[in-house]
Amino acid sequence: MAQTPYEVLGVKSDASPDALRKAYRKLAKELHPDLNPGKPEAEARFKSVTAAYDILSDPEKKGRYDRGEIDESGAERPRYSYRPHAESAQGRKYGPQEEMDIGDLDDILSMFGRGGGAGGARRGRGGAQFQMPGGDRMFSLTIDFVEAATGGKKRLQLSPDESLDVTIPPGIEDGQVLRLKGKGSPGFGGGPPGDALIEVHIAPHPFFRRDGDNIRMELPVSLAEAVLGARIPVPTVTGPVTMTIPKGSDTGTQLRLRGKGITRRGGSTTAQGDQYVTLKVVIGAPDDPDLAKFLEGWSKREAINPRGGMGLGGMA
Amino acid sequence: MITGFDELLRHFAGLDAAELTRWVENRWILPEQEGEGFVFREVDVARVELILDIRRDYAVDDDSMALVLGLLDQVYSLRRQMRRLCDALEGQPPEVKDAIRRALPPGSGR
Repeated sequence: MAQTPYEVLGVKSDASPDALRKAYRKLAKELHPDLNPGKPEAEARFKSVTAAYDILSDPEKKGRYDRGEIDESGAERPRYSYRPHAESAQGRKYGPQEEMDIGDLDDILSMFGRGGGAGGARRGRGGAQFQMPGGDRMFSLTIDFVEAATGGKKRLQLSPDESLDVTIPPGIEDGQVLRLKGKGSPGFGGGPPGDALIEVHIAPHPFFRRDGDNIRMELPVSLAEAVLGARIPVPTVTGPVTMTIPKGSDTGTQLRLRGKGITRRGGSTTAQGDQYVTLKVVIGAPDDPDLAKFLEGWSKREAINPRGGMGLGGMA
Repeated sequence: MITGFDELLRHFAGLDAAELTRWVENRWILPEQEGEGFVFREVDVARVELILDIRRDYAVDDDSMALVLGLLDQVYSLRRQMRRLCDALEGQPPEVKDAIRRALPPGSGR
């Protein structure tokens, strides 16, 4: 921290104006830049001596400095407001002794002679019955992908003798919280019970993926099905359907099953998603000698480079 | 910000060491002890300034200062508890807040 102006002038904080002036004159003579050419440290001290005397020689500035309103350079000093500190956790140490015992809601309420608590309300000092709604209870529920997509009912076992039936709306998202009114903690003194809040988690599926209201999946097809076309069964969240693979399909070909995504009903509107199927050609039996023989004859005619555009040049 | 004893004295020109020592002994200021010295936290520095202000502006002597600080500490204790309640209320669903609003008739607190 910088020196105080009193320290700079080498005087006590109760020095008289006369003593201040004498101290200043003595130092100023000693340190004057004209008498100390080429001595920057003397010049710097001369400046701070002048600044210190500037504050201390002016009764108003001296008063403001002594009260901590300005600092040694004459700049306004930020004030420390006590209130924000007192109201923060830091302020607790200055609280009355009994504050240390205030922990939960019952303790706060009992500050005014009233009782709280789940066991039923006691009569307060004012004779009024204290009523308060019960707290909410949080639960977590993991459902599988298909349940999340189609919706349904799920029983949540809270304890051996308490369970909740939870209705899962179709198209629920991972992390969504369902509120079951009145299924939380009981109220105090006849107050209404709180709610149960159920955070829903969706387990990942081996081949379905969510994309908003659409469902995406990769479907393996054989070489023959891709090249020649076929009608094959495809799983959807509502059960298998038959889909036509057009002749001349390839890995990456995307087909749409309209309306097989997530159906979401909200008020008067109904959102209807689709299922997108991306084909993945699998050879199936790559060690088949007949296939190898056919390809040897065929690939000589068809010089296809599937890696064109990868910058491999002549290496292809 | 953490401040030592001497740093605090330099910061408040109107405060001397004997005085600050007495305030600590009176438990008006509760710095943390660290080795031989004291460590003043922001709340402590702000409280020193508060005491200086009260003393200067209202010419309060030590006996009255104890009373003033005792009352202030009670008020801030209540404000801290009030804030805890308000924070808890803030987190409640709208219907709970509405019920509490209805249970607090306008002007009844004054």
